[in-house]
Amino acid sequence: MSEMTMDTPKGGARTRERVAAGIARRYRSERRFRLFGLVAIVSALAFMALLFVSIVGKGYSAFVQTEIRLPISFDVAVIDPQGLRDPDEMRAANYGKLYRDAIHGLFPGVESRSERRLLNGLVSSGATFEIRDAVFAAPDLIGKTREIWVPASDDVDMLIKGHIDRRLPEHERRMSDKEIAWIDALAADHRIETRLNWRFFSQGDSREPELSGIWGAVVGSFLTMLVTLALSFPLGVATAVYLEEFAPKNRFTDIIEVNINNLAAIPSIVFGLLGLAVFLQFFGLPRSAPVVGGLVLTLMTLPTIIIAARVSLKSVPPSIREAALGLGASKMQMVTNDVLPLAMPGILTGTIIGMGRALGETAPLLMIGMVAFIVDVPGGFSDPATVLPVQIYIWADSAERAFVERTSAAIIVLLSFLIIMNAAAVYLRSKFERRW
Amino acid sequence: MKRTLAIAAVATVAFAGAAEARDQIRIVGSSTVFPFASKVVEQFGKTTKFKTPVIESTGSGGGFKLFCAGVGVDHPDITNASRAIKSSEVETCAKNGVTKITEIVIGFDGIVVANAKNGAAFDVSRKDLYLALAKTVPDPKGGDKLIPNPYKTWKDVNASLPANPIEVLGPPPTSGTRDAFTELVMDHGCEAYPFIKAMAKTDKKAFKAACQSIREDGAYIEAGENDTLIVNKLVENPKALGIFGFSFLDQNADKIKGAHIDGVAPTFENISGKKYPVSRPLFFYVKGAHVGVIPGIKEYVKEFTSEAAIGADGYLTQIGLIPLPADAMKKTSEAGKSLPANVK
Repeated sequence: MSEMTMDTPKGGARTRERVAAGIARRYRSERRFRLFGLVAIVSALAFMALLFVSIVGKGYSAFVQTEIRLPISFDVAVIDPQGLRDPDEMRAANYGKLYRDAIHGLFPGVESRSERRLLNGLVSSGATFEIRDAVFAAPDLIGKTREIWVPASDDVDMLIKGHIDRRLPEHERRMSDKEIAWIDALAADHRIETRLNWRFFSQGDSREPELSGIWGAVVGSFLTMLVTLALSFPLGVATAVYLEEFAPKNRFTDIIEVNINNLAAIPSIVFGLLGLAVFLQFFGLPRSAPVVGGLVLTLMTLPTIIIAARVSLKSVPPSIREAALGLGASKMQMVTNDVLPLAMPGILTGTIIGMGRALGETAPLLMIGMVAFIVDVPGGFSDPATVLPVQIYIWADSAERAFVERTSAAIIVLLSFLIIMNAAAVYLRSKFERRW
Repeated sequence: MKRTLAIAAVATVAFAGAAEARDQIRIVGSSTVFPFASKVVEQFGKTTKFKTPVIESTGSGGGFKLFCAGVGVDHPDITNASRAIKSSEVETCAKNGVTKITEIVIGFDGIVVANAKNGAAFDVSRKDLYLALAKTVPDPKGGDKLIPNPYKTWKDVNASLPANPIEVLGPPPTSGTRDAFTELVMDHGCEAYPFIKAMAKTDKKAFKAACQSIREDGAYIEAGENDTLIVNKLVENPKALGIFGFSFLDQNADKIKGAHIDGVAPTFENISGKKYPVSRPLFFYVKGAHVGVIPGIKEYVKEFTSEAAIGADGYLTQIGLIPLPADAMKKTSEAGKSLPANVK
C-alpha cells in the first residue's frame, strides 16, 4: 500500500509524460491516415476526370458530320424511264448516277476515268440511298432540280475535322493534293459544312463510318433491359420476400441462401455458356435475340436484386410487423401493405444498380450471338440485335480512322445512360428512404 | 423455383415460333474477313429485297465449329475463314450431316510487320523474324543444337538491323493472323536450318515445337485481337514493332510504316503481285443444304463474288482486300454462280 501511494505521483507523472509523447505521435499518424485518404480520393477523381476529358475530347466531334450540298437533278430518265411509277422499278433505279452527275457538273474540267472516280469518292456511297429515300418521301421531286445535303465520305470528314494533317507530304496522308483542292473549292462555294449528325442517332450499324449510327444498339439494349427488368424484378422481389418473411429457417433454405450469395460472385461469361446450353440448344430460342440476352442477363442480375431486396426487407423494424399483426392483419397483408412499401426504395436502388451492370455487359452475350454486325434496327424481341457495349467493341476494332471518334461518342452515350440510371437510384433513395 | 421454371416454359412457348422459320442469312467466322463481309452484307441489304444478313465475328476455328454443328435454321448458312477448312473439320461436318459445302476464295490479305513512322526503318528476312521471335533457336556458336532464345536486340539477330531491343506486339494464338504468321514466317524462317528441316520428316512434333513456339520472355507481347490498339501502342513506343493485317497499315499510313520482308515492301501492288511473301488467301464456305431454303443465299454469294465487290476496283479492295489475279477471279465468279460442292 505504502509503496503504491509513494509511487503514484511519480508514476502518474511518468504516465502523463508517456501519454504526452504518445499524443503527438497519435496525432501525426491520424494526420498521415487522413492524408492517405485524401490522396486516394484526389487521384481517383483525377483519373476519372482524365477518362472523361479524353473520351469527350475524342468523341464530341462525332456528333457533327461533314456534308456536301449538291444540285441534284431528279431526272425522270434515270429514276423512272418507263414512266409507270412502279415502286419496284423505281427502287432499283441508278440513284448513284444522280449524285455523280451533280458533282461532275460542279467540276466540269475533270475528264479522266480515274480522276472522276476520285471525285465520286468525296461523297459517301450512302448518298445513293438517301437520294432514293428523298424521292420516295416526295415523289413530286421527279423532274426537278434541288440543292440537297448528302454525307461526305469518312476521309473528307476526317480532313475537315482536322484528323488528317494537310502538312504531311502527299504520299503519307490518305487524301491527295487534288482531292484537297476540290474540297477547298467546295468549301469556298459554301457547299461543305459540318452539320448535326442525325444519322448517328437514327441509324443502325454500318461499315461506312459516316453512315453508322447507334440507334440499333440503343434499341437492342432497351429491348434486352426490358426483358431483364420484367423477369428479374418480380422474381427477385418474390424470392426475397419469401425467404425473408415466410420461409422456415432450416437446412434447405440455408442451402438456397448460400447458393444465391455464390451466384452473385460468378463471372458473367459463365451465364453466357449456361444461356447457350439452356435457352439456345435446349429450348431452341433464336440466336442474337434480345429475349435470350434478357434471359441470360436476368440470371446474372437476379442474385444482386435478391440480396439487395433481402437487406432492405431486413432493415424494416420488427415493430412495424408486430403492430400490423397486432391490429389483426394477416401475414400477407402485413407484407404487401406495410413491409414491402417501406422496403421499396432499397429494392429499387438495388434493381437499378443491377440493371446498370447488365447494361454494360458483353461477355455473356458473346456466347448467344449478340456480338454481331447488325444493320437493321431490331423491331421486336426475337429480331437479331446487338447492345451498346458490343457496338463500342465492334467500332473500336475497325480500321477506319473515323470510327475512333464514333467509338468515343458511343461510350459517351453509354456513360450517360449509366449516369442517368445511377442518378435515379440516388434520387429514389433520398426521396423515399425512411430512417428509424 | 417452380415459378422460374414456369416462366421459362412460358417464354419458350411464346418465342419458339421465331426459331422455326428464318428469312435472314446468318454468317459466322473469321475476324479478318469480318470487315469485308460486313460491307457486302450492308450493300446486299440495301440493294435487294432481302433482309440484311447477320454476321458474328467468331474467328475461323469458332466459325467452322458452329457451321459444322448441323443442318437447319439453328445453324449458320455461311462461315468466313482466313484459312482453308481442315480435314478434321470436314469430318465433323460430315458427321453432323453437313456434306454439300462450297469453298470460295475472295482475295488475299497481307500480314505486315510495322513500326511507328518516326522509328527506324526495318528490312528483315523471315529468318531474322524467326530468330527474334522463336522460343528456342539454333545455337549462334554453331552446332545442331537448340538453345533458349538469347537475342536481346535486333542487332544481335542481324548486324545490319538497328540496335533496338526486340519488342513485338502481335496477335494471340487463337487468332487466324497468328496461324498464318507462324506458317508463312516462322516455319519458313526455321527451314533455313537444314537440321531443323530434317526434323520435319523424322520428328514432326519436335519440328513444330522448334519452329512454331513463340518466346514467352516478354519480347513478344500478345496484344489481343484489337489491331487498332496495336497501332496506337506503336505510335507511343517507336522502338516496338507490331504484327497485323494490311488494311490497318493502309488506313494508318500517316502513323506507321511497314517493314520490308525479304526486301519487299508491304504495298498493295506487291501483295497482289505475290511478291510480298507474307500473304494468305481468304475464304468463305456455303452450306449447300441451306441454298434455296433460306432466302437470298444465292444472291448474297453473287454479290460477294461480283467484280463490283472483289474486282480490282471493287468496294472491298478500297478497304484493303487484295484482289485475286484474273484466272482465279474467273474461277471464283463461276463458283459463285453454280455453287459446286467442292469441299471433300
